[in-house]
Amino acid sequence: MPKPKIAFNWASSCGGCEIAIFELGTKLVDVANKIDIVFWPAAFDFKYSDLEAMPDKDIAVTFFNGAIRNSENEHVAKLLRQKSKLLVAFGACAYGGGIPALANTTSREAIFKHDYKETPTTDNPQSIYPQAKAQVKEGELTIPDFYNTVKTLDQTVDVDYFVPGCPPVAEQVSNVIDAFVTGNLPPKGAVMGASDKSLCHECKRVKGDRKISKILRTYETIPDPEKCMLEQGVICMGPATRGGCRSVCLDANMPCRGCYGPLPNVIDQGAKMLSALASIFAAENEEDITKLAEAVPDPVGTFYRFSLARSLMRRTKQ
Amino acid sequence: MSSRFEPRIVGFLCRWCAYTGADLAGTSRIKYPPNVTPIRVNCSGRVDPTLVLKALATGADGVLIAGCHPGDCHYTSGNVKTLRRFKLLQRMLDQFGIERERVRLEWVSASEGERYARIVEKMTEEIRDLGPLNWKAKVEVEA
Repeated sequence: MPKPKIAFNWASSCGGCEIAIFELGTKLVDVANKIDIVFWPAAFDFKYSDLEAMPDKDIAVTFFNGAIRNSENEHVAKLLRQKSKLLVAFGACAYGGGIPALANTTSREAIFKHDYKETPTTDNPQSIYPQAKAQVKEGELTIPDFYNTVKTLDQTVDVDYFVPGCPPVAEQVSNVIDAFVTGNLPPKGAVMGASDKSLCHECKRVKGDRKISKILRTYETIPDPEKCMLEQGVICMGPATRGGCRSVCLDANMPCRGCYGPLPNVIDQGAKMLSALASIFAAENEEDITKLAEAVPDPVGTFYRFSLARSLMRRTKQ
Repeated sequence: MSSRFEPRIVGFLCRWCAYTGADLAGTSRIKYPPNVTPIRVNCSGRVDPTLVLKALATGADGVLIAGCHPGDCHYTSGNVKTLRRFKLLQRMLDQFGIERERVRLEWVSASEGERYARIVEKMTEEIRDLGPLNWKAKVEVEA
């Protein structure tokens, strides 16, 4: 029996999801014996033309990490969808936009202006900005078109499964790959490699009266490692985030940032976190409430750190 | 007559105070703009920020949340919870670029039909001046 063909792709993301696959260690060798890797630009030399030459639906499953930020990402997403039986949005960026989607709080124009003109180390007196097409004497040069709004994979093509995490923890990656190898798969559209309960459910910290009278940033305090992070005034996304990550951040005495995405049946992770946080404010009158609300740094960036592209608003007004 | 912009406002009105107040405005035959589509909720504390965002993201020009005056909540403190969420939500909406006039929290008792009518009137006029929100089109501007 031929081994199932697997592809991995890296779109707009940091590469941490690739590392998450390597983190399987020796298990990766076992996995590699059971599958045939046909496309994996980060690890082997494959060209897009190799992919284009494949018959449709030839790949059993593609693990796609990264958000859709430019026309190249979109082209490869569409190509891989066409060539794959199953397409998996792998990691927080493909699933919810991830960190790249925080760029949805600004615009292409503002990003270009900042990066190619205003940064102190940039010298660009002619105001030259990247163009998708440029004429040089040898002919026309093209680079991918940079989009104004970052999208998730499933806002671009049909997606079969979602694996959250920034990056997905090795143990969960292993479970997910096993599920594909054995064919023991959940219904289409399911989130795999994560729990259906909130992170608080598996967090070992002691929870008390759930009231906060101050908001602290992580550099302002060294939290008590035994006590609930939120109750100590540090914004922890645990209540609004799926568990399954083995609370690695909390074990390192850092708050949850929300990379495992919204809980089942939740439309908007940020709105849920906002609701959870505001309802434990220890303030009864308008003045005290306003003070606490003002103390929350960067609500959009905090509550939608990994899910802005997947949220209801998706971006800021332009 | 020129066709002027008619804002679509979603109103989440608490059953015990604001909705009854809106009812009173009607039975008292107070004249006010028909721009608010009222949705009766048991308590303003039931208004999850998701509902506000969803309304704005799917076509509303504004959202009115109205509940009992502080101290009068049928469920003791639901309206204070709303106030806490609202203050934080306002900050988030500022970042999204949604004007403060578009999303309001107001206290209306069951006997304040007149007050309800004036709130709706003021809100409708302010949003009319701002123009349509049309969020979906704004998000989908792409190239």
